[in-house]
Amino acid sequence: MNIEQPRIKIRGLSKRFEDKVILDEVDLDIMPGKSMTVIGMSGTGKSVLIKCILGLLKPDSGEILVDGEDWLALNQQEQLKRMRRVGMLFQGAALFDSLPVWENVAFALLRHGENKNTARERASEVLAWVGLPSIEDLMPSELSGGMAKRVGLARTICHKPDIVFLDEPTTGLDPIMSDVINRLIVRLHKGSGTTIISITHDMKSAAMISDHIAMLCHGRIHRQITPDQLDSDQDPVLRQFIEGRAEGPVNCSAWGKDIEEAVKR
Amino acid sequence: MKFLQSFGTLFEALLTQLGLYASTLGQVVKLIFTAPRYPRFILNQAEEVGVQSLPVVLLTALFTGMVLALQSYIVFHRFAAESMIAVVVSLSMVRELGPVLVGLMVAGRIGASFAAELGTMRVSEQIDALWTLSTNPMRYLIMPRVIAATLMLPLLVVVSDFIGIYGGYAISVFMLDQNPAVYLEKSTEFMELKDFYSGLVKAAFFGMLIGVIGCTEGFNCKGGAAGVGKATTRAVVISCMSILIFDYFLTAWMFG
Ligand SMILES: Nc1ncnc2c1ncn2[C@@H]1O[C@H](COP(=O)(O)OP(=O)(O)O)[C@@H](O)[C@H]1O
Ligand SMILES: [Mg+2]
Repeated sequence: MNIEQPRIKIRGLSKRFEDKVILDEVDLDIMPGKSMTVIGMSGTGKSVLIKCILGLLKPDSGEILVDGEDWLALNQQEQLKRMRRVGMLFQGAALFDSLPVWENVAFALLRHGENKNTARERASEVLAWVGLPSIEDLMPSELSGGMAKRVGLARTICHKPDIVFLDEPTTGLDPIMSDVINRLIVRLHKGSGTTIISITHDMKSAAMISDHIAMLCHGRIHRQITPDQLDSDQDPVLRQFIEGRAEGPVNCSAWGKDIEEAVKR
Repeated sequence: MKFLQSFGTLFEALLTQLGLYASTLGQVVKLIFTAPRYPRFILNQAEEVGVQSLPVVLLTALFTGMVLALQSYIVFHRFAAESMIAVVVSLSMVRELGPVLVGLMVAGRIGASFAAELGTMRVSEQIDALWTLSTNPMRYLIMPRVIAATLMLPLLVVVSDFIGIYGGYAISVFMLDQNPAVYLEKSTEFMELKDFYSGLVKAAFFGMLIGVIGCTEGFNCKGGAAGVGKATTRAVVISCMSILIFDYFLTAWMFG
């Protein structure tokens, strides 16, 4: 019998800031080579969840196992070593603004002793994948938001990580560029068997890039579905989110009502 | 009661902050013993701290030496002991004013820029990004800055000692008509080697304080642009105050 163990196994993960509970006993499994998308309203803690896995935030309790290894028990040195197989695209791209684009993209390669020319070539190659050829020598401050995001994506995948975290990869991109990036993610996932954990609000993107979709709501994984259940699943919270309505179990329809009065005043 | 309470909170905050500084220093010292040490970054920062601070430091030292000569002339003139001007200028520059003034000027320039730069990197998640690219942010950002500040301050102090003494010389000789040969002789007559190197020890210590405080404030900064602003202000205020406080204790320790 060969039961595959999850690449990432999260058990009872809790995180609070002061007395605000953000994550409340989250359980989640991500199988090797699968693409898991986490959806949920803004501010529910999706980014916090990813940062806990990466060791950027310290959870209050819970377990994070990667290939069976307890990541929370590692010391700093070992954690850093594990990061070599990881890529992370930050919600705000987080490019290093003192370095030109190509050094950003090739950062991990350069830090680990890759020769400068090889690293630059690799950076140009990956930049072309995200639709940004010949911007190697620009500085991050010279890029638009969407370009910065794509450079961030290039930096995330440049060192060939086998676990990739994407925090809203298509937010801020035009529909055509979103499609390009979604295809790139699919190719990365199908072609090299990379395990992908992404966060998105873009349902089209979620349907395209994921094997599983998990909805985070009130600090817990509210529901897990596959993309083909997106249209049929009857869970009311999930339906409201997918259809993008202000009315529903999570009621926001009253917000902004006072504005008419306020405007008249 | 209210007063005591808020005093308690303040004291607690101070202790937390001191703990953070100590932990940064401890980690930096530990990191120095293992590779990579990023010599190129240390060099870049040394240029930033040393070369870029030169104009500010030189001007400060020059005018300090000049005013010292003028002030002591006014007093020594009353006793007809003008030849002692040189002693006052050189000893106060080398032992006290050189390291303290350079420390304060550099705290304003470099402490602020360390805190602002690292603070901006913190709030825009660049420090988190370093971590996910398997680069230790402490080693990559803080270690080179602390080393550069610790090494460059003594050099700046050597330069400012000379310039300060020259400032005093210029005023005495060209304005107050003192004998240049006597001035130069008196400048070194009462100076011991210890006076000179105690100033350098102080300077290195102040450099380390500036580096550690500026970097720690930036590294642990929270809350967007306002947070960066606060961190920068605190870096400058706290490093200036600690320079003055440690100056007393270092003097007491080395000459006590
Ligand atoms: N460093 C922090 N300190 C305090 N609160 C935080 C911090 N990071 C995130 N939060 C809070 O946690 C909640 C979830 O944030 P986040 O994970 O960024 O949301 P999202 O699901 O939109 O990515 C938000 O309410 C935010 O205010
Ligand atoms: Mg987010």
